[in-house]
Amino acid sequence: MTPAIRCVDLHKTYPGKPPVEAVRGLNLEVQQGECFGLLGPNGAGKTTSMEIIEGLLPATRGELEVLGKRWGTDDHEIRQRMGISLQETKLSEKLSVIETITLFRSFYRRGIDPQAAMRQVELEPKEKARIKSLSGGQKQRLAVACALVGDPDLLCLDEPTTGLDPQSRRQLWEIISALRHRGKTILLTTHYMEEAERLCDRVAIVDQGKVIALGSPNQLIAGLGGEHIIEFSLEGEPFDPAHLSNLPTVTHVGTDNGQFNLSVGEPHKALPALLARLAESQRNLSKLAIRHASLDDVFVKLAGRHLEETSEGTPKS
Amino acid sequence: MNHPLYQLILARVREFTREPEAMFWTYGFPLAMAIALGIAFRERPVERVSVDVAQESAEIAMHLREIKSLKVEVHPSQECLERLRTGKTDVVVNETNNGYTFHYDQAKPTSVLARNAVNDALQRYAGRADPKVATDVILKEPGGRYIDFLVPGLLGMSLMGGGMWGVGFVTVDMRIRKLLKRFLATPMKRSHFLIAVMVSRMLFMVPEVLLLLIFARLVFGVVIYGNLLALVALILLGALMFSGIGLLMATRAQTLETISGLMNLFMLPMWITSGIFFSVDRFPDAVQPYLRILPLTPLIDAIRSVMLEGATLSSLGWELGSMLIWSVVSFAVALKFFRWG
Repeated sequence: MTPAIRCVDLHKTYPGKPPVEAVRGLNLEVQQGECFGLLGPNGAGKTTSMEIIEGLLPATRGELEVLGKRWGTDDHEIRQRMGISLQETKLSEKLSVIETITLFRSFYRRGIDPQAAMRQVELEPKEKARIKSLSGGQKQRLAVACALVGDPDLLCLDEPTTGLDPQSRRQLWEIISALRHRGKTILLTTHYMEEAERLCDRVAIVDQGKVIALGSPNQLIAGLGGEHIIEFSLEGEPFDPAHLSNLPTVTHVGTDNGQFNLSVGEPHKALPALLARLAESQRNLSKLAIRHASLDDVFVKLAGRHLEETSEGTPKS
Repeated sequence: MNHPLYQLILARVREFTREPEAMFWTYGFPLAMAIALGIAFRERPVERVSVDVAQESAEIAMHLREIKSLKVEVHPSQECLERLRTGKTDVVVNETNNGYTFHYDQAKPTSVLARNAVNDALQRYAGRADPKVATDVILKEPGGRYIDFLVPGLLGMSLMGGGMWGVGFVTVDMRIRKLLKRFLATPMKRSHFLIAVMVSRMLFMVPEVLLLLIFARLVFGVVIYGNLLALVALILLGALMFSGIGLLMATRAQTLETISGLMNLFMLPMWITSGIFFSVDRFPDAVQPYLRILPLTPLIDAIRSVMLEGATLSSLGWELGSMLIWSVVSFAVALKFFRWG
């Protein structure tokens, strides 16, 4: 089966002084029927990669095939079979939901009924509402409906939930999950690890224009060596965590702003050992937590910082 | 019904009609200008001057009443003078042994006018013969008044503004909202989008033109002397030309400030120099050739010639030619350099 997307050594350099290398050798193969995520922090080159794949930006060099065709020769054919939502589009505020979907439907040779697209994104109650009156989440769902209405073989969603409140985000996740279970090929970008874990069959973690890890969320997390993380902080003087690495099932020891993170395979073995070790050295805990490892831990291990950094440089979640 | 061109035009029409501000600037503004300027420069009815005749000379009042521009009243002479003093009449006349006596205020133009008119009337009645015949031709034919001159100017101005805002501004706004980019990511044909913008502009123009012409006809009696089809052709060409220039302005602009600035920079000189409010002939000869090649000048000149002088299209070769060149060049350049993303 032809892959839905295949790109080899894709580069994009924006001219300037100095030139900005937004994408530096992207290699990807997205299979038909899978939901594939590009996960990375802001500025990692996700949107640039996406727009190259969508044929909206020319690559500086590299090879790219979309649905077995190439930009430059089969543009119209690719566009007929591809639905996209841009990171930010302000659709005409004066038009209603159904008018907007109908407009987009008219561009495609074949597609689904605008009403059906509207149902798939759960906007029926807003059918005749002007776009101006929609909430952020509703606008984003409308953008997805416009991407769906041409019944595409490939759906590209650029940061579909960025800036939404948790409830709207969850609603959109359910919509995207439903599409995925219906067998649509989906490429999405996100900087939310939870989104990638929940929605994607496979994830490429992108940093500084390159793929630094690729696999299913479970594989990537398993690659840490332990599926659980023990987080703890200590009272008193600094503490050298190096000699904790020989505790049972501990595979990785990390520190983060005075907090220690142990990647462990079996917390029920590692935790008593850790507590015993701390008691020996007469140290008191000020914080202790056990949680499942996430893609953020994968990113931290590979890139040395968190995925979701706020402007102050502190982790958001 | 689901042709993309139809849907794109429909979307534009909906956007426009659901935007009250756009409706006002397109339809209300030219009308407001016509009303304001039409009233400011309207013709006044011929003023009548009033004459008081002293009671003892009442018989001359009979002769004076035959003159239409005089309003004649007869009062006792003391009362006549009192009325003159309080401004109720312009002149007081009474008959004396060998002629007439006029009481009037020399500093008041109507008073002087009244004195002369009454004197003329009485002298002629008394047998004065004028050595030469004086014939008065008074300008009041429709077509020669200021409002007749103004309406073609406003029509041209409205076509210019409509093209600039309705095509230029709207397109840049869509670019900023990334709507152009979003459309580009669909199989939509670019030509369909551009045709839709043009066609919808042409649609919005029809009520704009009709409203102004009908209003001018009903309120100010402005008539169209020339061929109606010729006028329609000129208006279409003018609208097309300014749509093209609007698109040209919008070719690269990335912000609303840029497009507003560009459009004003382009339109402002023409508001003054292209003959909307007064004739281009009033500018010095040295700059005339430059004013003639601005796109608005030939449009207004041509509309004026057809509306006021009944000119035919074949006599407007220069105007039509320069408008065609403006249209073709602006479209060609705009399409070549148009930025979608």
